[in-house]
Amino acid sequence: MRELALHLLDIAENRVAAGAKTIQIVAEEDLINDRLRLAVIDDGAGMDAQMVTRVTDPFVTTRTTRKVGLSIPLLKAAAEACNGFLIISSAPGKGTRIDVEFQHSHIDRSPLGDLPGTWLTLLVSYPAIHWIFQYKNSSSCFEFDDVLFKREIGDFPLAEPTILTFLRQCLQEGVSGIQSSVVIQ
Amino acid sequence: MPTVKSLEDLKKLREEALEKRKLKIASGNVQITVAMGTCGIAAGARETMKAILDTIETENLTGITVTQTGCMGLCEKEPIVQVMVGDQPKVTYGKVNPQAAKRIMQQHVVGGKTVEDLVIDL
Repeated sequence: MRELALHLLDIAENRVAAGAKTIQIVAEEDLINDRLRLAVIDDGAGMDAQMVTRVTDPFVTTRTTRKVGLSIPLLKAAAEACNGFLIISSAPGKGTRIDVEFQHSHIDRSPLGDLPGTWLTLLVSYPAIHWIFQYKNSSSCFEFDDVLFKREIGDFPLAEPTILTFLRQCLQEGVSGIQSSVVIQ
Repeated sequence: MPTVKSLEDLKKLREEALEKRKLKIASGNVQITVAMGTCGIAAGARETMKAILDTIETENLTGITVTQTGCMGLCEKEPIVQVMVGDQPKVTYGKVNPQAAKRIMQQHVVGGKTVEDLVIDL
């Protein structure tokens, strides 16, 4: 995957398939400690301890169309190649939390990529999911919790021109706002 | 933490969206599905999705439901887009890059004519 945001999209899609109702995606650029952190937290089915250890094996998958499941193994390999790691915390019925960390300045670290575009895709494609998106750096945080938005919009379809413009701008401005507030020491 | 938008903005948004919906309806009820499994994403399905949403926004199309699914098992034909217009049979398109997506939007979704050279059999 050319961008880390694409890994997030991939993992989020898996969380929806795992029956999650609320999914939180966090991206953090901690330039002070030279770390880039990603997290996907959900309240889906969860995995038992044995599945947690097995899921990083590319030949382990719950899907029936193919015999490989590459999402987690690919991301884990990408993180470990950048002085990082991938940790899964999960239990049956308790949801799942996936934490991934990279050395921010590592030469092999893929760019974070298009977060707003990724979030927009998820928001529109899975309107029944409660999405919470966070993007932060060492000094500020942008959070988009779709609860307020959905309360006002009701069950109005999201793939409508005015709604798409609003969401796209909201997410883009939110992320750019944080990026322009970076303080380099 | 900066707030996203004010409550007034959201209320106004709902009103504007309702108004526009009355103005222009795409040819019947349209359902578009983009396959977004690992293979699809690696092949560029997100850019395909963005092109579809972009067309909806700029061409002012309404009445379209856009959703995504996981891998369909046809990884070599990704990105895959399925279009269902009204009660016509579902059409599956393969190798849909952003330009192909725009063609499908114009010719099939708006124009009502299947884009034969992109169709694949599931």
